[in-house]
Amino acid sequence: MAPGPMVGMTRIDKNPRRGANAVEVRGLVKHFGETKALDGVDLDVREGTVLGVLGPNGAGKTTLVRCLSTLLVPDAGTATVAGYDVVRQPRQLRRTIGLTGQYASVDEKLSGWENLYMIGRLLDLPRKEARGRADELLERFSLTEAAKRPAMQYSGGMRRRLDLAASMIGRPAVLYLDEPTTGLDPRTRNEVWDEVQRMVAEGATVLLTTQYMEEAEQLANELTVIDRGKVIAHGKVDELKARVGGRTLRIRPADPAELPDMARALAEAGLDGVSGSQAVPDEGLLLVPLLSDEQLTAVVGLLAARGYAIADLGTYLPSLDEVFLSITGQKPTATDADPASAEQTEEVAA
Amino acid sequence: MSSVTTTPTRTPSGAATGGGPQGPADDGRIGLRAHLRHIGALSRRYALQIKADPESMFEVVLMPIVFVLLFTFVFGGAISGSGNQDVYVNYLVPGLMAMMGLNIAMAVGTGVNDDFKKGVMDRFRAMPIARSSVLIAKIVVEIGRMLIAMAIMLGMGFALGLTLHGSVLQLLAAVGLSLVFGASLMWIFILLGLTLQTAQAVQGMAMMVLMPLQFGSSIFAPTTSMPGWLQSFTNVNPLSNLADAARHLINNEGPVAQPVMVTLAWAVGITLVTAPLAVRKFRNKT
Repeated sequence: MAPGPMVGMTRIDKNPRRGANAVEVRGLVKHFGETKALDGVDLDVREGTVLGVLGPNGAGKTTLVRCLSTLLVPDAGTATVAGYDVVRQPRQLRRTIGLTGQYASVDEKLSGWENLYMIGRLLDLPRKEARGRADELLERFSLTEAAKRPAMQYSGGMRRRLDLAASMIGRPAVLYLDEPTTGLDPRTRNEVWDEVQRMVAEGATVLLTTQYMEEAEQLANELTVIDRGKVIAHGKVDELKARVGGRTLRIRPADPAELPDMARALAEAGLDGVSGSQAVPDEGLLLVPLLSDEQLTAVVGLLAARGYAIADLGTYLPSLDEVFLSITGQKPTATDADPASAEQTEEVAA
Repeated sequence: MSSVTTTPTRTPSGAATGGGPQGPADDGRIGLRAHLRHIGALSRRYALQIKADPESMFEVVLMPIVFVLLFTFVFGGAISGSGNQDVYVNYLVPGLMAMMGLNIAMAVGTGVNDDFKKGVMDRFRAMPIARSSVLIAKIVVEIGRMLIAMAIMLGMGFALGLTLHGSVLQLLAAVGLSLVFGASLMWIFILLGLTLQTAQAVQGMAMMVLMPLQFGSSIFAPTTSMPGWLQSFTNVNPLSNLADAARHLINNEGPVAQPVMVTLAWAVGITLVTAPLAVRKFRNKT
């Protein structure tokens, strides 16, 4: 695991404001004609945390963000951001949010610096401060060298970084990131992740929508899974994984030849609740689904008592792809096939 | 890791205070000074866009030159007798000031239509600024463009023998009236730009409105030779009134008050009806 999320976790545990909700959504409904883009969504984002809103294309993620940034008026339900109601107090609410959309929302014809300066002025910073803030954010997002070039000449990753910088100018209490890495290559995606992790480490509250499992795993503290405008699951990333499949114990015997014997011994012993263990001779592994810590102790104890030598063992949780599959009964997106995801996860970890 | 050493840039604001640089939350209203500042920042954006794309100034520079040359030499002889083009120049150029406003206003519609398809509009609409300031800034910059076009056209006119019979003040009044009327037209085209789906549709729609208004007027030729039904149209046509007002001011002859009042009435009426509609349309656009 990359160190990033761990930094985030440590910080949150120390956070004195832990528990207060920066965003509260109750029964939010938005229809477009016959289409129910949002069909009664409930969710909370605690202050100083990252909530990942995970779902396939067309699940309603962008509609949710647009409602929460006052770009759309919901048909029913309530939503408050930093205590302000999206319908009744849109003007106050706009002072507290930063928005980075799916499509880079910067002016292409203006230079990076001019974009940031303009936004600073629109946020009522005095000229001098707006200039300083533009310089500072360009520096921070490694765009100083490209500061004077028009944004249309920027690469996809640079544009997205400029977009993030633009959202940060007003030091928003709540930041919406709507699919911040969609369409970016893995290297650029990592750049954006790094920036988001930095913002979170500095105390930002983030609502992040994504259709990428690794992204949610990397950045989010909690996850809300939505599909067809409805919340279908919610919890901490680990909880969600555990709820779906529980852990699997992976045992590597010192002598691969003993694999069949070990599997048979386990099956015959009939340990309480332990079933479905499986030998994978190709990889020299014995896989045992677990429901509790006691089972782990019992399995290892039994094998030790029977005199089998274990070279290595560990437990693992199912990937979010598997979680999503088991909740919705469908793959999140065709393009997120497992091999590609696995590859990228490794790259991140490296 | 870098995040450990970085000074936090975010204010530790609680839920109630919000994150805006304005400090404690008020009722969210935007004061006049802030409003003007926002319009200034957004006008700068449009000005920088022009700087980045100088070709967008072609129409402003070339249109007045081409119009003055074309109409003076094509119609001038026929209307005022051959060799009397300079007489026609004094008739035509003030009238063309009305037409210039119309043509530049039309381009605003297509520009707005393009502009609003961009992601940056979402950012503006999610920011604590009055949404009308985006539209007003556009109009401010377009009035500037109109002013440049007027200056070039008058320069061209003077080169072809335009003589100022009135005072400089009267000339400025004529330019000012054209700008006021042009600005009111922009609201119509902004509304069209926000309503219609494509820039092409805006252009097509604009042409349909433009043609009869332009040529069914006193811009190019006196209306006395027109049939009665057409005359009654040209008499109420704001472009005729604007052309007559500008003409009478620059040539210091004929009634001024009446065409000026009719033109201003049109400008105010158009703005009162279309500006709120356009702002509402922009506010609710998804």
